Amino acid sequence: MKNTIKQLFHSSKFVIGFVIFVAILLTIIIYPLVSPGNPLEMVGVGTFARPGTYVSLYDAVTTEKDTFKFSDADEKRLANAISDSDREAMLALFDAAAMDYSSIDVNDSNALIEFWDANYQTAMDTAKLKKSQKRDLRLLDSRIQALKAGETFKVVEEVDGETVEISTITKTDYVNTNKVINVRNLPLGTDNFGRDTLRELIAAAGVSLRIGLIAGIIATFVGLLLGLLAGYLGGVVDNIITFFTNVLSVIPSIVLLILINYSISQELRGPTLCALIIGATSWTWTTRSVRSQVISLRNRDHVNLSKLSGHSLMRIILTDILPYIASYVVMAFILQVSSGILAEAQLSMLGLGPKTTTTPTLGLMMNWATLYSAHTTGRWWAYFPVILTITFITFSLNFMNTGMDQVFNPALRD
Amino acid sequence: MSERKDYTNGPLCLSGRNLTRVFGTGAKQNVAVDHVNFDFHEGEFVSIVGESGSGKTTLSKMLLGLLNISEGEILYQGKPRDISNRKKLNEYWKGIQPIFQDPFSSYNIFHKIDAVLLDCIAMRGGKHLPYEKKVEMMTEACSFVNLKFAELTNKYPFELSGGQMQRLMIARIFLLKPKILLADEPTSMVDACSRATILDMLLNLRDETGMTIIFITHDIGLAYYISDTIYIMEHGKFVESGKADEVILNPQAAYTKRLISDVPKIHEEWDLSTVEMNNTL
Repeated sequence: MKNTIKQLFHSSKFVIGFVIFVAILLTIIIYPLVSPGNPLEMVGVGTFARPGTYVSLYDAVTTEKDTFKFSDADEKRLANAISDSDREAMLALFDAAAMDYSSIDVNDSNALIEFWDANYQTAMDTAKLKKSQKRDLRLLDSRIQALKAGETFKVVEEVDGETVEISTITKTDYVNTNKVINVRNLPLGTDNFGRDTLRELIAAAGVSLRIGLIAGIIATFVGLLLGLLAGYLGGVVDNIITFFTNVLSVIPSIVLLILINYSISQELRGPTLCALIIGATSWTWTTRSVRSQVISLRNRDHVNLSKLSGHSLMRIILTDILPYIASYVVMAFILQVSSGILAEAQLSMLGLGPKTTTTPTLGLMMNWATLYSAHTTGRWWAYFPVILTITFITFSLNFMNTGMDQVFNPALRD
Repeated sequence: MSERKDYTNGPLCLSGRNLTRVFGTGAKQNVAVDHVNFDFHEGEFVSIVGESGSGKTTLSKMLLGLLNISEGEILYQGKPRDISNRKKLNEYWKGIQPIFQDPFSSYNIFHKIDAVLLDCIAMRGGKHLPYEKKVEMMTEACSFVNLKFAELTNKYPFELSGGQMQRLMIARIFLLKPKILLADEPTSMVDACSRATILDMLLNLRDETGMTIIFITHDIGLAYYISDTIYIMEHGKFVESGKADEVILNPQAAYTKRLISDVPKIHEEWDLSTVEMNNTL
């Protein structure tokens, strides 16, 4: 046993899968401790806030200021103020007035504005443009002038109908984000309900893993029990169990899942019940493979000898058969967990997963993202990390399984 | 060669009356054992000889109670064998124990050698004996088959050689002391040296405990070497039976004659002059 475990950790595939899985597991356990709070709290009022760091403007205004004179600060500000369409409109005016602006770099906002200031009036006089176009250009000019002229903001507060000046903000004022009381990091932004996507994702991964685990335990337990009985007892018991197993495995389990879940009202359909249903429909192939393994074992001499030593049926199954198929059963269990997680995702995508809005699952997050068209509007943070999480969980489980197969199956050893 | 005694009038141990086993039905029906009759006596060394597929193993499984009988009956100590429930079956199994052909598959690889032997002591009702007494019994059993218990304790069966494993099986029988030992080709998977040792041990076991040994083999020479009585089996039937000397020295059935002629005879038939040995030496 000890030796087998040591061998497992010599298999690179198993180690890679194990490390990824443990990393995911630790994240699920540790993150809520570091950052406590309800994962489904709707923190954002709008939908789909972009990933990033959010600084409270209110707190920033009253935070102690430092003065910096970065040379490129104005440039950046202007560059940000003039959009690409503004730039095009400005150049169109010069073109219409037949002015030569080849001496300046049109991408340098400062140079462009300087050129604009010098030539705006002449260009407006000479260019033949429609009235509406001229009006737009006059608006653009007044915006640029305001941007240049504006040196300060005054922050005022209304107290009893009177405005009291609190502070003045100049272009050279900065605050250290560490000093601002409310700075929020949303590495994955918010979802359609304004929830913190990262926190929701980690909670969902935990719930999905639990669903997979429950489904896997049920499927493996039922499959193992029926497989052992059918394989060892044979005869009528075998015929009955094989009949039911065959009937159930002929029906695609997704169809069965859809029908069962559809017939249960949404209020009752929690993650645990969903896991039970998934487990109850996926034991068939474990039964079939355990049965065939047991049949090949039951006529072995050591089993006959155990029988002849007067051992009970229970003892023979537990000590003479189960240890021989244990490694196989562990592998089957891991695959069942991984397919349980995928089954939940499939069901939730169809809106037949666990009850909505109270527990997040990976499938539900995908479902919400789809319903609010995150995929068509480029809100990648609402669905892509979920896909990645599902992929990594199932990938790590399957990789562990392949590594185990290599260790337990002598034919695959290098 | 052991001294042969006449057991014909001794007390009956295991008998078969029209014993039959049929596999399958209809066109695929296969009669593996076909209405065989036999009487094995107490202390007798019986060999059942036949080719592969002649029904030897099926017969042995029926004798052990691992396979149902299609027709006929088995008499145990002169009375019809009753294995109708678990308790009676366990009682019967105290009287008959096997040694199988393949020592490598006879052990549960997860159990240590101690567990195998302790299990035998427990089966003989020695479950509550003090541990020292159990060790003494295990040491005795191991030394009977030229093994040292002190060296085997806490080892797993797969750490032994095939011959040692088969000897340990005999030690197991020594502890269990059944009335009948059914040895199903116990020497076919071990080397020639171990084979002679194992056969000697079986004879010693018979002499010491007076148990009936049913020795199943395809090797008629081996059967002649150790048995008192030989049964020749062909296509599920006993074609010839009797004292070893009678059967081997004066065979009646054509099948027996063929089996005897198939035994390789080193001095008479091998022409060593044609073998070139100088090249490699």
